Amino acid sequence: MRNRWLWTLFLSLLALLLACQPAATPTPTPAPPAAPSPTPLPPTPTATPAAPPKPVLFLSTQLRPVEEAEKMRNVILKPFGAPVEFIPEDEGPFHDRIRAEIQAGKVTVDVVGALHGNFVTLLKDNALEDLTSLMERLKDRPMIAQFVELGKLGTDRQYCIPWMQATYILAINKKALDYLPAGADLNALTWDQLRQWGENIHKATGERKLGFPLGPKGLIHRFVQGYLYPSYTGAFVTTYKSPEAVEMWRAFKALWEHVNPQSTTYDFMQEPLLAEEVWIAWDHTARLVNAFKERPDDFIAAPVPAGPKGRGFMPVLACLGIVKGAPNREGAEALIEFLTRPETQLTILREVAFFPILDIPMPADMPVHVRLEGEAVVKQSSAPDAIPALLPVGLGGKAGEFNKVNRDTLERIVLKGEDIQKVLQEEAGKLQAILNETGAACWPPDPPSTGPCQVR
Amino acid sequence: MKGRAWIGSALWYMGAIALALWVLAPIYLIGLLAFSPRMAVYRWPRPLLPLEFSLETMRFFVSATGTLAATRNSVVVALLTMMLSLALGAPAGYALARFLFPGREAVRMGILMTRMFPMAILSIPLAVTFIRIGLYDTPWAVALVHTAMALPFVILITASVFVSIPRDLEEAAMTLGCSPLSAFLRISLPLALPGLAAAALFTFVISWNEVFAAAILTLRQRTLPALVITVLNESPLYFRFAGGFFMVAPALVILLIIRRFLFNLWGITSR
Amino acid sequence: MGKGKAPEWLLPLALLMPAALFLTLFIAIPSVQALWLAFQTPGGSWSLEPFRRMVTDTRFLPALRNTILLIALIIPIQLVMALTMALIAQSRRRGAGFFLYLYAIPLAISELAAGLVWLAIFTERGYLNVILRGLGWIERPIVFLSYERPLGILLAVVVAEVWRATAIVMVTLVAGLQMILGEYWEAAEVFGANLLQKIRYVVLPLLRPSLQAALIIRTLFAFQTFAVVVALGGGVLPVLASEAYTWYVGANNPHVAAAYSLVILALSAVATGFYLYVLRVRPEEMGR
Repeated sequence: MRNRWLWTLFLSLLALLLACQPAATPTPTPAPPAAPSPTPLPPTPTATPAAPPKPVLFLSTQLRPVEEAEKMRNVILKPFGAPVEFIPEDEGPFHDRIRAEIQAGKVTVDVVGALHGNFVTLLKDNALEDLTSLMERLKDRPMIAQFVELGKLGTDRQYCIPWMQATYILAINKKALDYLPAGADLNALTWDQLRQWGENIHKATGERKLGFPLGPKGLIHRFVQGYLYPSYTGAFVTTYKSPEAVEMWRAFKALWEHVNPQSTTYDFMQEPLLAEEVWIAWDHTARLVNAFKERPDDFIAAPVPAGPKGRGFMPVLACLGIVKGAPNREGAEALIEFLTRPETQLTILREVAFFPILDIPMPADMPVHVRLEGEAVVKQSSAPDAIPALLPVGLGGKAGEFNKVNRDTLERIVLKGEDIQKVLQEEAGKLQAILNETGAACWPPDPPSTGPCQVR
Repeated sequence: MKGRAWIGSALWYMGAIALALWVLAPIYLIGLLAFSPRMAVYRWPRPLLPLEFSLETMRFFVSATGTLAATRNSVVVALLTMMLSLALGAPAGYALARFLFPGREAVRMGILMTRMFPMAILSIPLAVTFIRIGLYDTPWAVALVHTAMALPFVILITASVFVSIPRDLEEAAMTLGCSPLSAFLRISLPLALPGLAAAALFTFVISWNEVFAAAILTLRQRTLPALVITVLNESPLYFRFAGGFFMVAPALVILLIIRRFLFNLWGITSR
Repeated sequence: MGKGKAPEWLLPLALLMPAALFLTLFIAIPSVQALWLAFQTPGGSWSLEPFRRMVTDTRFLPALRNTILLIALIIPIQLVMALTMALIAQSRRRGAGFFLYLYAIPLAISELAAGLVWLAIFTERGYLNVILRGLGWIERPIVFLSYERPLGILLAVVVAEVWRATAIVMVTLVAGLQMILGEYWEAAEVFGANLLQKIRYVVLPLLRPSLQAALIIRTLFAFQTFAVVVALGGGVLPVLASEAYTWYVGANNPHVAAAYSLVILALSAVATGFYLYVLRVRPEEMGR
């Protein structure tokens, strides 16, 4: 008896659930769902008067953390007239989805927002519309010329329109300042001083308080590409196994003595910084910002240290693009125009701490964490010895493998303690194979090359 | 004699409680961290007792766009998966357990082989298939894939259950005038219910926690794991715990409901 | 039964067909499509290049070793614990059902959440150190997850995986136990068998089909799960599944990922074949 009753309950529950489920319309074209859509944008009243603007589907690998995504939906995109469905997605599924939609010939995504490097992959998948004419219309915006050029992805057409920029800096717990080596200037550190600093802390507290994002999602490969190599060798690919590189790895191994050995689990350095497992950390500004935001009085930001050749650093560019065959091209273009307006750019800076791609002054009323990071970023890029390094260019779908080589090099030398010469020899071979396969020419800070970039 | 029974009971309860504590401690920690104020998550030493209570991160997470709709989608997908995989899997399990036919072991191995390929690598071919057949971004698409993922195990479990049910009983029923079908329905099926229930539970769990297929096959109709995965991967620690807890909580309630349902069945079959 | 050959043969076929078709359509065909990639260059020509890349990768051998090591360590522990839990849950004492529910709870925990909580326990400023410090055993936090001591990471992963995935073994065993306990158990009791004897001579032999199912399921999963390993070990403890995923997503190379998948598939097949053989149910035992 009891059983039957439970069955009935179960089945009616099921019926209820199925009834609430939006009709599974087998039409993949973005027909408005019959029942409440799961991402109801600004609560639209039930009776919408004549022809509401078509929603724009915006898929992004940026602004994934839940707070940032909500800021994007509820603040940044608010002034844009039409509804936007902002869907953040991990890089893997992001590419998979676009690839699958292109392969199946039924596109639902309109606008994509991703790193410059992702766009190279998208172009290889033949998934991008040519936006040269849209760029022409945005001519009056003071866009940083270098970024516009990057957005052409090595062609003569514009595929990626600059959206936001970021870079990597140091975040420092004020407790560490007591141990700063004598004579060291926080705004003009050297890698050697950083090692000394770490050593002082290690000796005094018995703990290793430097930190690097060596976790599975950490960005340590950018450190190798844009910070370590340029600072010590003045270049990257061409000097991959040079004598300077050997020296560099030796020095970095010495520094590593004072790095928290749990660094292999750190993806975002803001976490160990806030937990005070580390005191000094290098990472992407977006991955440090929470430390400054939550405890602005306890942390300071500083430019990265310099090596014998200068202060290598890497600006990061996020772009906007339109998917080939996007169902709402018009809305997509309007959205891109909206996101690159100066006032929108400043809202983005204020709300999610990504820096504008326009050459505009930073207003004084920015929140503390934005100012802290902003000042360090400016000091870093305007340092007299700065060596700007680009993200690898022209590697197409091989960018990921390229990063893997850099990461493997670091792990083998620093974590496993393998012989530096031997590792560099082997990994340089893999690097060269990728460069030859893609035919990628050298990119700054390496001197320009004709033909594939060559490791010397 | 009485003394020994008492000792046995005490040992039993001690063991049972020790295992329960082992199982519960991490769950407690997820809950503790999900309902702590933001900065408590980073404090050293981290508090072990719920001295501070805050709904801030949890509330933010729950009210974030799409969370509730995704929860509903997940429940729908899980229930669809349960029904589909039992409907398809139980007959196949019965066939493997009861009949001797040429190539039986090969069929069994073949069915299991389908689960030996890492799902994470299948996402593109699957997504292309579903877009082409027009099931992309619907709960049905996800449920179909989850069914395919769970089916080999459902077949395995149900087969192991039917194998253990004495065939004599069915045959006895048939000599008493039951048709093979009614012998099955009246004798074997009730006896197999606990196993079927386990299979159902199992299916539910596979579906509830599956990330890779759900993430690629849905876009607007996100399931909870597909929605939460970015939170768990990328958001600050306090939101990750809120997300982690939010995935656990509904599942606990549903497990409780299913358990109620199952145990009533088990109750009549064995005690 | 036994009224001539045709029905004997047709009925199982009819029962199996829907499931088989379903699996072929949704898993087998896409898998084969994906596996072809292991034998192709990105250009589309046939080649063993993906395998060469895989085997020469510095992480391949460690990944293979770690995968096998973890499975060999985790599964026996889980089996013992799951059997204990199942026996507790099947006893007739008060509260047995409640304990079954408690033990089943980790079923509801996704891999990602499990990795998260165990990281919160083992991290330098995590709960384990809080407890050790509270007990006065340590002064300064111990770094358990240091790359300098891979053994520590390995043990942490074993603990976390045992916690996370024992429930799934238990649920499968409970279903089997349900049918054994009762008359057989009582019969053994009448003969004065003690607990260990009962387990050895009654439970284990009769539980063989469920044991086989549980082991196969658990092992197949173990070859494919990696979220906990990655959360606790980062790149220090690569396993085959995490490498396949890294090649697929991180390095954007489905070819090498497919080669890794093929290795996983082969190992899974060997393990499954082993269980099917060792724990086989002979035809004469079917349905006893």
